[in-house]
Amino acid sequence: MNLLEKKAATSRRTPKPRRRFALPAPSTSVLFLIIALVLLYGVIYPNAHVLLAALQHDGSWSPANFFAVLSQRTIVESALTSITLSVLTVLLCALAGVPLAFLFERYAFPGRRLFAALAALPLVLPPLVGTVAFIFLCGESGILARSLQHVFHLSKAPWSLRGWGALLLFHTYTMYPFFYVLTGAGLQRVDAGLAEAARSLGASRARVLLRVTLPQLTPSLIAAALLTFMTSMASFSAPLLFGGNVRVLTLEIFNARQRGDTSIALTETVLLALISLAALIFFQRYEGTRRFVAAAMKGTTRRRQTIGSGLGRLLAACAAIAFSLLLALPIATLVLVSFSRDGSWTTQTLPPVYTVSNFAHLATDVDARSVFGNSLLMAGIATLAALVWSFCVTALTATGRRTRWKRLINVLVLLPWALPGTVVAVSIAEAYGQPNALTGSFILVGTFWILPVVYFLRFMPLVVRAVQASIEQLDRALEEAAGVLGANWWRRFWRVRLPLVAPGALAGALLVFVIAMGEYVASVIVFTPGNRPVSIAIASAMRDFNLGTAAAYGVILIAMIAIVMIVAGRLESRAR
Amino acid sequence: MPLLSLNNISKRFGATAAVADVSVAVERGEFFGLLGPSGCGKTTTLRIIAGLEAPDGGTVEFEGRDITTLQPERRGFGMVFQNYALFPHLNVFENVAFGLRARGGRGISPTVREGSLQERVEQALDLVQLPGFGTRRVDELSGGQQQRVAIARAIAIEPSLLLFDEPLSNLDVALREDTRRELRALVKRLDLTAVYVTHDQVEAFALCDRIAVMSEGRVHQVGAPRELYENPANVFVAKFLGRNNLIRALRLTSSNDPSTRFKTLEGGHTLIVSARHDQLMRLAVNKPCLLAIRPEAITVSKDQDGSEAGNRLAARIEHLEFSGATTTITLDANGLKLEALVLQAEGFRIGHECVVTLPVDRMELLSES
Repeated sequence: MNLLEKKAATSRRTPKPRRRFALPAPSTSVLFLIIALVLLYGVIYPNAHVLLAALQHDGSWSPANFFAVLSQRTIVESALTSITLSVLTVLLCALAGVPLAFLFERYAFPGRRLFAALAALPLVLPPLVGTVAFIFLCGESGILARSLQHVFHLSKAPWSLRGWGALLLFHTYTMYPFFYVLTGAGLQRVDAGLAEAARSLGASRARVLLRVTLPQLTPSLIAAALLTFMTSMASFSAPLLFGGNVRVLTLEIFNARQRGDTSIALTETVLLALISLAALIFFQRYEGTRRFVAAAMKGTTRRRQTIGSGLGRLLAACAAIAFSLLLALPIATLVLVSFSRDGSWTTQTLPPVYTVSNFAHLATDVDARSVFGNSLLMAGIATLAALVWSFCVTALTATGRRTRWKRLINVLVLLPWALPGTVVAVSIAEAYGQPNALTGSFILVGTFWILPVVYFLRFMPLVVRAVQASIEQLDRALEEAAGVLGANWWRRFWRVRLPLVAPGALAGALLVFVIAMGEYVASVIVFTPGNRPVSIAIASAMRDFNLGTAAAYGVILIAMIAIVMIVAGRLESRAR
Repeated sequence: MPLLSLNNISKRFGATAAVADVSVAVERGEFFGLLGPSGCGKTTTLRIIAGLEAPDGGTVEFEGRDITTLQPERRGFGMVFQNYALFPHLNVFENVAFGLRARGGRGISPTVREGSLQERVEQALDLVQLPGFGTRRVDELSGGQQQRVAIARAIAIEPSLLLFDEPLSNLDVALREDTRRELRALVKRLDLTAVYVTHDQVEAFALCDRIAVMSEGRVHQVGAPRELYENPANVFVAKFLGRNNLIRALRLTSSNDPSTRFKTLEGGHTLIVSARHDQLMRLAVNKPCLLAIRPEAITVSKDQDGSEAGNRLAARIEHLEFSGATTTITLDANGLKLEALVLQAEGFRIGHECVVTLPVDRMELLSES
């Protein structure tokens, strides 16, 4: 059916469709109003404000001004740098992640399950904590460089962790799991019967891989490339701490704001947002043309090839162990440094003095405790709000007829996810930094509430997606059965939808909670000195060379994440 | 007055008409079937009855009341879903009690509510022969047991109408036949009215008092199983219900008496058919039409001395297909292909000449659509 026919079919529908299984009308109106207001204040207005402010230069309206600022060499250069860095990151991550996924999915060897889980580890590392751990391990005064220096009696460090190489290494380390996890999931879905059919038709192994397996993996690969590209575009901590003279957009926006150069900051923000959105649209368009629906219903069960020979098994196991050690090394370093006394580690290979005083300090010091208290409170508020919000949004969008309004709401809800954290923070800071028509004399910037608001906006799409996914998995017939049995909308919601969706929703919310606990990119733009989150405390500890304290903060964050991941895993498996 | 009547119901999904101008009346105490191939609109019709879909046009009346726009939870019907739709987070007891709790005070006085709830759930579980299963988790049950729980849940609320959406299609063949028998007995014992959707003709015949045969969103014929089988209203019904020989023919004689002569297009045989007067009125002489005769109505004999009256044709045996109790014989009567179903096929060989008899009263004149 072509577009015109579709249009015709839509217009032929009866003029007033009666809604079934939607919210009762008065509640719908109230809910719609609330959602519209939140989206207006949180998404539409701040972004529109930044866009208009970028177009408006020295009080006059003209796109020419925008292009005048845009054509400054530094801005164009940093945009190109960001894009180049992201494209290279995508390529390197694919090279690391895809073969690894094949290794773990296709072959059985001792310890496979454990190492397969370990390989996804960098995914849950907060970017700032990962950056700090990387500096301790690979920096020019880090453990690796110092060891080589001592072994070979070098007069100075064998390398410096600066610039393109350092950024690409770090990006590959933290982002290859996108390719690894999604390719693995894709491989699990690929029907082994298709490969068997191809083999029976006379295709060689290589031909099966190229013509049958990889085409089916394309959607997974595109999704992974998209996630990697977007994460790399939004990357801030690594360029800040060891980017050297690689000037990416996120960093340039931060610097321009520090200098007070608002017009440049705004223009760069708009540019970053546009590049991210363009990438999103490009990848999704491409994905749309490459989606295959398996025609066969009854698939062949996939069997892992066991590596038979003793030597092969040994090699595979060794490679897997070496690899997972490599992955665990930054975290191990972080743990080690967290027990070192601040200021004691100078030129030695390893920190010389060990103590638990860093953790004791974090537990007893009023300032450190308030930092954790701040982060817990703000992440908690944002998570709770996101949870309630996602049930509001899905109550409106996941029942009854699909309408243009609902699609628009969905797009607006997911928009902050597509925007880098820097863009979200700058847009809120700029929109609510001075009195305006929408907020009257209320100024958000400088208050406690700015961080919870930014966390909420940044991460609520994740919770909404989690709840939406749970609802989509829900058998429609369950709510219909409840309806036929006499349950009205509210009863269906409380007795059927909520209990069944709760595990998935909670898992999503917990994930958002720990991500918000370690949030740095947006926090660094809008935090207030009286209300510092953990990430800001880590950054300032690093600046003061209190390495042990910085590491201890990081270790606690990682421990929290580990606990939450285990709980979320349990919840999700129970949801099935 | 019928208990339930659908008046000119229609429903479109995008550009396709799922249900087109369907009118059906279900009497009180009747086991009513909606039968048709997949995608014929039978499930959509059932969902419209349940209130899960709103029709684009037409009305649904129950006990003479227009319930077209009434929300499903206010209709008081019971429904058994194809995949049972048992609540996975509730145990068997809570699943069966769900409808009773949802109705709250409606029908049950609050003071005796808990006690009577317990009683009614146990009663329902007894009826489906699952006594004492209340504390079981739903996912611990076998498919057949889940199906019984789904039925218990639907009848616990003492529904004024019971709706079934292919509830037996997920069971294996042996279990399906047993459950079929029990289901009909249960519905009849409780004196319930049921509407049952299925694509399985055998199932519909075994269960239902009357059946509406549907395809492409339209109802072709409504009637008792035997009536549908022996007097199919049109080509679709004749083909869909069991095997049938369809013979293209021209009308020869003009008199509208019951024994009219037809000439077959293949083979050029002259056949006498006892057609109904109203059908003949619509068919002019020398106009093409379709005749139908069931394979089991055809008799095959080795020589001319058959004593049965009817249309006798000489034919050659083309193929024999043995299937246990019966044998299907494929015949060629001078270009006219026929299938006959016989109990005894001894003595017949492929290539042998024989005589087939098509009894006058077992031949049907079909209308084209």
